[in-house]
Amino acid sequence: MSEIKKIKNLKEFSTSADRFEGANLLCPGCAHSIIVREILNATNDDLVLSASTGCLEVCTAVYPYTSWDASWIHIGFENCSTAIAGAEAMYKSLKNKGRLKQPDRNPKFIAFGGDGASYDIGLQWISGCMERNHDMMYVVLDNEVYANTGGQRSSSTPIGSSATTSPAGSISYGEKMNKKDLMGIMGAHNIPYAAQVAPNKWKDLVKKVQRGFATEGAVFINAVSPCTTEWKFDPKDTMMLSDLSTDSLVFPLYEIIEGREINITYRPKNVVPVEEYLAAQGRFKHLFKDQYKHLIGEWQTRVDENWAYLNRREEARV
Amino acid sequence: MAFDKMELRDIEVWDGNHAAAQALRQCQVDVVSAYPITPSTPIVEGYAKFKSDNYVEGEFVMVESEHAAMSGCIGAAAAGGRVATATSSQGLALMVETLYQAAGMRLPIILNIVNRALAAPLNVNGDHSDMYLCRDSGWIQFDAFSPQEAYDLNMIAFKVSEDHDVRMPAIINQDGFLTSHTAQGVHTLTDDEAFNFVGTFKPMNDMLDFEHPVTHGVQTEEDWHFEHKARQHNDMMTIIPNKIDQAFADFETLSGRKYNKVECYDMEDADLAIVCMGTSVETVREVVSELREKGLKVGVIGLRVVRPFPFFEIAEALKNIKAVAALDRSAPGGAAGMLFNEIAGSLYNTDSKMLLSGYIYGLGGRDLTKTNIVDLYNELQANADAGKVLTKQQQFIGVRGPKLAYL
Ligand SMILES: Cc1ncc(C[n+]2csc(CCOP(=O)(O)OP(=O)(O)O)c2C)c(N)n1
Ligand code: SF4
Ligand SMILES: [Mg+2]
Repeated sequence: MSEIKKIKNLKEFSTSADRFEGANLLCPGCAHSIIVREILNATNDDLVLSASTGCLEVCTAVYPYTSWDASWIHIGFENCSTAIAGAEAMYKSLKNKGRLKQPDRNPKFIAFGGDGASYDIGLQWISGCMERNHDMMYVVLDNEVYANTGGQRSSSTPIGSSATTSPAGSISYGEKMNKKDLMGIMGAHNIPYAAQVAPNKWKDLVKKVQRGFATEGAVFINAVSPCTTEWKFDPKDTMMLSDLSTDSLVFPLYEIIEGREINITYRPKNVVPVEEYLAAQGRFKHLFKDQYKHLIGEWQTRVDENWAYLNRREEARV
Repeated sequence: MAFDKMELRDIEVWDGNHAAAQALRQCQVDVVSAYPITPSTPIVEGYAKFKSDNYVEGEFVMVESEHAAMSGCIGAAAAGGRVATATSSQGLALMVETLYQAAGMRLPIILNIVNRALAAPLNVNGDHSDMYLCRDSGWIQFDAFSPQEAYDLNMIAFKVSEDHDVRMPAIINQDGFLTSHTAQGVHTLTDDEAFNFVGTFKPMNDMLDFEHPVTHGVQTEEDWHFEHKARQHNDMMTIIPNKIDQAFADFETLSGRKYNKVECYDMEDADLAIVCMGTSVETVREVVSELREKGLKVGVIGLRVVRPFPFFEIAEALKNIKAVAALDRSAPGGAAGMLFNEIAGSLYNTDSKMLLSGYIYGLGGRDLTKTNIVDLYNELQANADAGKVLTKQQQFIGVRGPKLAYL
């Protein structure tokens, strides 16, 4: 078992050894890079990483360059989970056969997928990896849209958001479906650990990720990842958007242990109205027209109900 | 816990599936990631049983689809070890995206394809449409005509594929049911002989070497993609054919069994020839022997290596032939059959005056009978006598209804 890295403060954390270089092609202000750095910096152990096709992948491994100072693999859009599961299986095999080159290490196997790769096309692959309980961590960089391909809806895109395949228009308020509850689905796999995290709440994130690293077996992490391009906000406001998402309870932070025990890990002192969260993003701009204004109230009701439900589950331990 | 070795008789009665599973066991594959489908399922089941009985030390990952099976193989191969799987037909079709990825990433992975028709209509029997589906995927492709060959070619495939100058994934095809489920005598190697032939896996660019991190599966656009693909093709055309010959020679030294990229039977003085694959090769050989007794100068070529296609060997073997038939066991979908095309390409700019005709046969497990083959040689004889192809260039054998002929 490896030692858990001690992290004292943000300054030290943000300057610790980088295995994901700043030299990458992600948009300025992209939360993907912040989340990846926070996760990788939470451990000193060796890393074996994978990424699904999407912004993170196309922006960090453009031949002949790489932003990764750790072993990394990309295969396709849907299978970064199984790619890392295969690597983990090989690790076990070689360990068992005494053929590891550096047998004294404690590598961590982490797959990074977008919401498109995770909520949609790759769900089956993730389900398989979680069910088989590979010793790996699957991280969703959840920007609620197919960002890499120009902003098409995913099953994570929330209702009322304008996406290119569910655009707002004179007779449409945009996306019609509610965001899929992927945490619920992962919880139903009864995996050792699942958690929702946000880059602004970095201490909470590190705690959860470190718990994940210390866990033997499959770990699922869903990270909200504000996307300046598709959510339509100023690149300097990424952290503000992240704050708004957690503090409005649109994106609550909690964990599910063994599919049974739910713990809410962040309760904002001052809960921000959902309207403020929506108003900060161009993708919801049309909701403020008279025609669609009633949806803002519905949004608030839905978030309140979800929060109440989460609290009931925490209390009831279900 | 150390794994157990298995005592084998010199000759075991195995079907093609069991022969392949035994070869995987003997090669001590580090990770098998697989999903069952008829008729390749017994390879996966057989391997699972070996694992349960402690004959396998490596990991066996039963995934939730064939796409995941190959995805797992790719991750495992990039991590740095010996990797194999098996599939058929629809499973292969589901896998296709990852086949191209495995080849593009130059990862040595061994895939046993037990050939079966592709739906629709759904059909579990043998033809070569799945083999043809991945013919341009960049994989080395061997073809076994019998359980013995399925066994031997697995070992040869590991040897070629894992060579550091090769680093290409390899497929071993065998016919669904006719090979996969038909038990025959198989000459075995001992566990030690088999493993020593392939040797311990030598990693290269392995993700598990933490002192030398590597990036696998990068993005390239118009700036580099073409060079990458051209290099891959170049290696297939120049380096890999020699490596295959070398592995065949090494295997002959070990086992006494000789393989060739192009398996010629009674071809030395032949005027007429059939070129085909799979179990049909054995059927045609029987007919050839019978016709030879009647004094007909006939021969047959079995294609042992489908990719890289042995253009020069085919041209050499056919150079004095008057008339030849290419037998394709896959619906051509609006073109000539693959074998017809490749044979034509092998001979086009040579001095050969060979008359080439193409036949589509055996789809969905339809039998190719000895009578069919005799008829076919008669047609070739007529073509040779006339000095031109008297029929249409493309005909269908053994299909009910009005005669189908094109081109
Ligand atoms: C099988 C397949 N289908 C579709 C695509 C096209 N594609 C590539 S990335 C992408 C969207 C990625 O979205 P997401 O997973 O949310 O990642 P993001 O770019 O938003 O981080 C799509 C549709 C593909 N590469 N492969
Ligand atoms: S489009 Fe969005 S997710 Fe993609 S790089 Fe830009 S900010 Fe990041
Ligand atoms: Mg996305």
